[in-house]
Formats: sequence, C-alpha cells, structure tokens
Amino acid sequence: MCAVCGCGEGHSHSHDDDHEHTHDHSHEHRHQHVLSPVHSHAPGLTPARMVQIEQDILSKNNRYAAENRSYFSARGMLVLNLVSSPGSGKTTLLTETINRLKDDIDIAVIEGDQQTARDAERIRATGVQALQINTGKGCHLDAHRVGHALESLELNKHSLLFIENVGNLVCPSAFDLGEAHKVVILSVTEGEDKPIKYPDMFHAADLMILNKTDLLPYLDFDTEQCIQYAKQVNPRIKILSLSAKTGEGMESWLRWLKAELDLQRIDYA
Amino acid sequence: MHELSLCESILQVLEQQATAQQYTKVKTVWLEIGALSGVEPEAMLFSFDVVTIGTLAENAKLEIIEVPGQAWCMACAGNVVVEQLYDVCPKCGSHQLQVNNGDQMRIKELEVE
Repeated sequence: MCAVCGCGEGHSHSHDDDHEHTHDHSHEHRHQHVLSPVHSHAPGLTPARMVQIEQDILSKNNRYAAENRSYFSARGMLVLNLVSSPGSGKTTLLTETINRLKDDIDIAVIEGDQQTARDAERIRATGVQALQINTGKGCHLDAHRVGHALESLELNKHSLLFIENVGNLVCPSAFDLGEAHKVVILSVTEGEDKPIKYPDMFHAADLMILNKTDLLPYLDFDTEQCIQYAKQVNPRIKILSLSAKTGEGMESWLRWLKAELDLQRIDYA
Repeated sequence: MHELSLCESILQVLEQQATAQQYTKVKTVWLEIGALSGVEPEAMLFSFDVVTIGTLAENAKLEIIEVPGQAWCMACAGNVVVEQLYDVCPKCGSHQLQVNNGDQMRIKELEVE
C-alpha cells in the first residue's frame, strides 16, 4: 500500500542484491505521482508541474548498507563501526584487542582516514588483515565504499570485522555501514561534556568506551557526570571504561565482544 | 560538514528522476529536515547552490520544511516535543525519551518543467 496517497499501484521495489543466500530484504518503496500543473501558463511554454518524490536523502546509502548487512549476516559475522574524535585511542584499542583475541577469533579491520595508510600498517603489524580507505576530502565512510572494501578482504564465517571510521564526532553518525553496532570511543582527555556537545553520535551508538582511564589521576575529568550526559542523550547506551594502554577494564570489553559474536552465530529460522 | 555530500545525493535523485518523470529543469526542491536529523539547514542551502551549478537544478530554489523533534516519554506515556537529543521531558524531567519523529531528511516534492 502506498504510504503517500493510499493507492495500491505503482510500486517499484528494487532488489539489487544477488546473494546466493536467503535473508531479510529491506524494501525500498519509491513512488512518484505526477500531479496536475500548478501554474496556469501561456500556450507554447513548458508547463511547470509538481512531482512528489518522498525519497529519503540517505536512501542510496541505506540500500548499500542493507546489502552489506545481509552479506555479514549470511556469514554470521560481527561487524562494529568504531567512531570517535581524532586521537581518542581507537587504533591502540584495536591493536590491544586484536593481540588478545587473534588466536581464537578471525579478525579483519577496515581503516578509514582522510589520508595515509599509517593506521592500516599498525593493524597489519598485529598479523591480521587490514584495508585502508582514504576518504580524501570526505568526512565519513559510506556504505558504498565499505561494500567495495569487502571485495578486497577475505572474510571468513564467524569472523569479527572492525570498521574504524574517520575521526569525527559529527558526520559518521548519519551513515549506516551495515554494522551490528556503532561503538563510540571517548578518551578522558577530551572532557566529560562531549556527549552533550556532539549528541548525534552518542545517540547513534549502542556502546560507549571511556578510554585512557589511566590518565584520570592527572585530570579533572568527572566520570559520573560524563556517564550521566551520555545516558541523557541515549538512555539505552551501555558504557565501559578502560585503559587500552594498561589493560585495566579490557576484560569486560573482550567479554562484550565475545558475547556479541556469539549472538551473530545463532542460526535463526 | 556532510551537507555537501547530502546535496550530492539529492542531485543524484533529481538526475535519476529526470528521465522517469520527463523533466529537464528543476525549479524548486522541497526538503523535509527534522530538527534532530543533524542537518544544518543553512549549510544545506549553501551546499545546494554549489553542487547544482551546471546541472539541471542550477538556480533551483531549495525550500526546507523544518519538522520539530518528537519523542515518546516512557514516564508520561505520551509524545512530547524536544529540541535536542539531550533534552529532558518538558513535562516530567525524565531522560527516558525515545525519539519518534524529527530525525528525517527527505525529498518531499519538486517543481519541474
């Protein structure tokens, strides 16, 4: 049924995915209704008319994200989109996490940065696959670029894929990449008010990691206030605090990762 | 500043639709932008003019319909208007709010010829 005018006709479903498996499709309903001219006009002139489109601006990205998501789900993979401001310690958290898990779990990383392959090199030094995407002038990764990155990675069943987004607390919040969860990383050196200064990102994330807690004795960072701000923006957000450098608190993060990976391995009917 | 890439997405839709809807010029684009969508209308207007230069939508007018943010308050069991994602319920002060409108960014309709 058409949501625009209630008609039962004119549906154009686009099923772009040609996967070999069955999965939940996300149907994109696009309707166009040509309405009658709104302006009276002199004969011979091109008439101006209204066209109703009702199309989400992000619909193209969302279609690619849905394809990525079904690719991941067919492989029982856990995919996490790591977002933060630059310098929050994402790459260090990743290398420390990989070193602790790589013997038990297949891990791959997609690194998004405006320039350089430095982060991918740091990840590869741990021995896991890493692919660098340089966004150039772009401020975020989109689902289309991630989809192409998947072609160059060998992703095994039940593997864990981290997508390290461009360091930016604004733009990546709007772009679904097909991940299971957005994980926002906030380091204690950034100040406790980041969640209310950049609410979109904390609203979009399911898990927040408060990193660099080893520096707390040297700072005026109010941890309780920070947690309260994050919950104010997103009452459902879960919060972990840890120091990737000293390893304090890492255990809970690893447990969360394993539990989430287990959830992806369930074969639903 | 992803308003620029959002405007590029809008232009792609306009170009795709041009064949299907048989138009060669876009005169006005109506966008519905929610107060909680993270989109800055001013930046959108600026970017749109830049992106459309030399296209079928050059000099087109961008009309932004701003939709207020709305959330479901668990405590009040009703919808309330919110201006920011970190707002508390204006009636009871609770943080247990679930946004249910005002986060959209969509092309509503076009005036074409």
